Amino acid sequence: MAFLSYLINGLSLGSVYAIIALGYTMVYGIAKMLNFAHGDIMMVGAFVAFFALNSFGLPVIVSVVLSMLATTVLGVVIERLAYKPLRQATSLSVLITAIGVSYFLQNGAQLLWSSSTKVFPSIIGNGSLKLFGGQLQISYLTLVTIFVCVAVMVCLTLFINKTKTGMAMRACSEDKGAATLMGINVNSIISITFAIGSGIAALAAVLLCATYPTLSPTLGSMPGIKAFTAAVFGGIGSIPGAFLGGLLLGVIEILSKAYVSTQLSDAIVFAVLIIVLLIKPTGLLGKKLSEKV
Amino acid sequence: MLNVENLVVRYGMIEAIKGITFEVKDGEIVTLIGANGAGKTTTMHAISGLIKPASGSIFLDGTDLTKVPPHTIVTRGLAQVPEGRRVFAQETVEENLTLGAFFRKDKDKIEADMDNVYTLFPRLKERRTQLAGTLSGGEQQMLAMGRALMADPKIMLLDEPSMGLSPLLVSEIFSIIEEINKKGTTVLLVEQNAKRALAIAHHAYVLETGKITLSGTGAELAKDERVQKAYLGG
Ligand SMILES: Nc1ncnc2c1ncn2[C@@H]1O[C@H](COP(=O)(O)OP(=O)(O)OP(=O)(O)O)[C@@H](O)[C@H]1O
Ligand SMILES: [Mg+2]
Repeated sequence: MAFLSYLINGLSLGSVYAIIALGYTMVYGIAKMLNFAHGDIMMVGAFVAFFALNSFGLPVIVSVVLSMLATTVLGVVIERLAYKPLRQATSLSVLITAIGVSYFLQNGAQLLWSSSTKVFPSIIGNGSLKLFGGQLQISYLTLVTIFVCVAVMVCLTLFINKTKTGMAMRACSEDKGAATLMGINVNSIISITFAIGSGIAALAAVLLCATYPTLSPTLGSMPGIKAFTAAVFGGIGSIPGAFLGGLLLGVIEILSKAYVSTQLSDAIVFAVLIIVLLIKPTGLLGKKLSEKV
Repeated sequence: MLNVENLVVRYGMIEAIKGITFEVKDGEIVTLIGANGAGKTTTMHAISGLIKPASGSIFLDGTDLTKVPPHTIVTRGLAQVPEGRRVFAQETVEENLTLGAFFRKDKDKIEADMDNVYTLFPRLKERRTQLAGTLSGGEQQMLAMGRALMADPKIMLLDEPSMGLSPLLVSEIFSIIEEINKKGTTVLLVEQNAKRALAIAHHAYVLETGKITLSGTGAELAKDERVQKAYLGG
């Protein structure tokens, strides 16, 4: 029973990673760049949600929507100002710029918001689902987290496979020049990708802070790195890969914490990543390009 | 229909196109022949907007294409079959054709055009649900042409459509180009297979290291001594 409980907690943490990883992987799939500021965009989402809930006392749904709007706009603006001018530059320059944007957001948050400790309010309450006569308790927050992740995954998949914009995204991910010849505005598609990836990061932010409620300007770094790892684990560029990678990473992390060692859990996560990449360099679902954006 | 004037294209310090001027008249097949590296693809990309020229103008029915956003060029009636086909390998044949009509809103006409493409290339119809990346080279060339036709273009640019194909397929592709032209689409054809290209062209230009060195009707150039020496192996 304890194992089942750890597993479910792992899936919940993994769901948060998966949502962040989906943004990472989409942006990579289309813009062919690693947006290292992705975790920090999520951090901004966490602060926006915090202020909406705490300072303005807005309802949870409204706060989440506001937070998503904020990260969507932030993602698009960052792409336009920082990355778009580098479309022809080497990937190394783009990477360094992304790291710069990451620090910029962290330092900006430090200046604006870090005068006092902030504790994220409880948004779902402490209720839980009791199974097996109370032996297994699953908190509603856990259930909501997993549900949101699955919903995001399903919506994204439908969007990419069934809509015209989704088709344009698939075309851009394969060949931007050929996509342009089809009349696809590649710049708008990249903007839309950043918008979606950044928007869903706010969902991850709220779910993460609901579980780990202390806010800080660096709260996005570690989940950002983990989500990046999850995306690589699943096969960078692959949507189902990011989903699977995120969930697995969460489960491995929680199980290693429970059964091996709290200190070593991150090392174990990365060891598993390295082993997977040695066996399958493209990641678990990499190169299954039909599902790639 | 298409007027290229004093076109200059640079890659960094290298001037790949050194001020060329040529014209493609309504209803014609015009061919641009030249050796490897002469600048044929560069010219095609400048016309379809994939490269920004350093100077010069490219008029399509009076609109300067160098001044419009690249993705709107196909909506003005100019479609390109790029060098190396560049079909979307991870999409099916049918999705590739649908992408060819991406900007169009006339659903009924799109369907009719898709039927026409399948009539022109029955092999594509048999393989409509197959991923484009799994097609043979010849089939991919047909798909790239079909995809361009789905834009319902006034003028079609073809960049070395015969590259890497068997002689039999080359003949097939060239006769299809003539057929497309007879149905009213103007054609600008880039080829290394000068003999075949000159045989179907109304007008031809010879491109040598970024400059146009000769021009005339297809028949004239096919008889020209210099062309025969350099491009027709005679
Ligand atoms: N992206 C690029 N960067 C730098 N130089 C380039 C680039 N693309 C082409 N060139 C150069 O420009 C010149 C013209 O190239 P282009 O591809 O237009 O030739 P081409 O006539 O199409 O040749 P081919 O018959 O081999 O396709 C060549 O010297 C080539 O090296
Ligand atoms: Mg070429």
